[in-house]
Amino acid sequence: MDYYIDYSVVWRSMSSLFYGLGIDIYMTLASVALGSLIGLVVAFALVSERKFFRVLSSTYVAIIRNVPLLIIVLFIYFGLPDAGFVFSEIPSFIFALTVYAGAYVAEVFRGGILAIPKGVGEAGMAIGMSNLQIIVFIKIPILVRSTMPALSNTYISLFKDASVAAIISVPELTFQVRKLNLETFRTIEAWSTASVFYVVACFIIAFLLRRVERRVAIPK
Amino acid sequence: MSTGFFNELWLSKMMIFRGIYMCLFVSITAIIIGTIIGIFIGLTLTYGNIFARFFARLYVDVIRGIPVLVLILTIYFVLPVVKIELSALEAGIASLAIFASAQVAEMLRGGLQNVPIGQIEGAKAVGLGFFQTFIYVSLPQALRQVLPTWVNTAVEIVKGTTLVSLIGIVEITLVMQQIIGRNFLTMQFYALAGLIYFVICFSIERTGKFVEKKVAIK
Repeated sequence: MDYYIDYSVVWRSMSSLFYGLGIDIYMTLASVALGSLIGLVVAFALVSERKFFRVLSSTYVAIIRNVPLLIIVLFIYFGLPDAGFVFSEIPSFIFALTVYAGAYVAEVFRGGILAIPKGVGEAGMAIGMSNLQIIVFIKIPILVRSTMPALSNTYISLFKDASVAAIISVPELTFQVRKLNLETFRTIEAWSTASVFYVVACFIIAFLLRRVERRVAIPK
Repeated sequence: MSTGFFNELWLSKMMIFRGIYMCLFVSITAIIIGTIIGIFIGLTLTYGNIFARFFARLYVDVIRGIPVLVLILTIYFVLPVVKIELSALEAGIASLAIFASAQVAEMLRGGLQNVPIGQIEGAKAVGLGFFQTFIYVSLPQALRQVLPTWVNTAVEIVKGTTLVSLIGIVEITLVMQQIIGRNFLTMQFYALAGLIYFVICFSIERTGKFVEKKVAIK
């Protein structure tokens, strides 16, 4: 049997591929937004003066960073319904990716917090700000701006991790490609298209994030 | 019907051990092969001529832009079509090794280029050749810098082995799915899987930290 290259089936299902990519982006955006909030809170807990907060937050980070995303996804999607928490595929995956993102973002922010000069917090105290005000109005803006390059790397790898959602049959890009492969047997065409989609998408996301980085970078 | 978690655990202990063995076998092989290929590509990225550098950069950037899951499925499905017959195990190891090689190449390039230029000039001044400079000056410093990232990659690979369950390699994740298919203790056995991965990855991380401290320049 000779294999010949024929991209026409790929062209015909282009709309479903873009639909899949859209779901990937939607899930990534949702988890990045929620995960960054969790990461911010956890990062301040990681450097807190209270031991209780430190232990709690570092346990969370250590567990999530050392357990594969797929296990977290399967646990939440198949395991939690036993305990009475039933989600459909997409919310369940967003939940899993958020929990996962939180730990990675927290680790990035922790490094950033430690790099903030002590003087700025003291200056805030000197003009009579409360601890919460210092964190919200002084530390968080500096933090987000200084850690943006590391954050964007984390965000890009979270976008790639969204492909894991195919395993719980979320109709995202990898799932669509797998379906295309099984329905048409145009193996080379289907998988090369998947690679091109991901590489180009990552490239565009990286490009956009570089612009954001330049925009928010703290001037020297 | 299920007869309690610990009873089920005892019944399936051999399956789980075989799963752990498979996970470790796939990870270790992939890390070793990936590191070796990665070193060659990393050296090309740093010292190669512009032509070689272009292809090495293309390889690294493309691989780093593709999710591991897509890489695994691509290699598993596409290679047989072009008449390269690989078993699922070989395809799984190959894809994880390719993934690792791109990471290793990139970190090695970073490490080598971060060696202060003064060091290289110093080596030239005392009359060391290119290879001597590389072996005695650049490499030892680059390796120290690369080690933490390399350990991270190793952890990534171990976590990546969960995805080869999709092409039918019976490692921890697939073993757990088989066990759950029999007794429906979903939460318990997925939690157990998480615990096993945690123990493996956490010990790699701790060992890495320990070695890092040992080789640090005081």
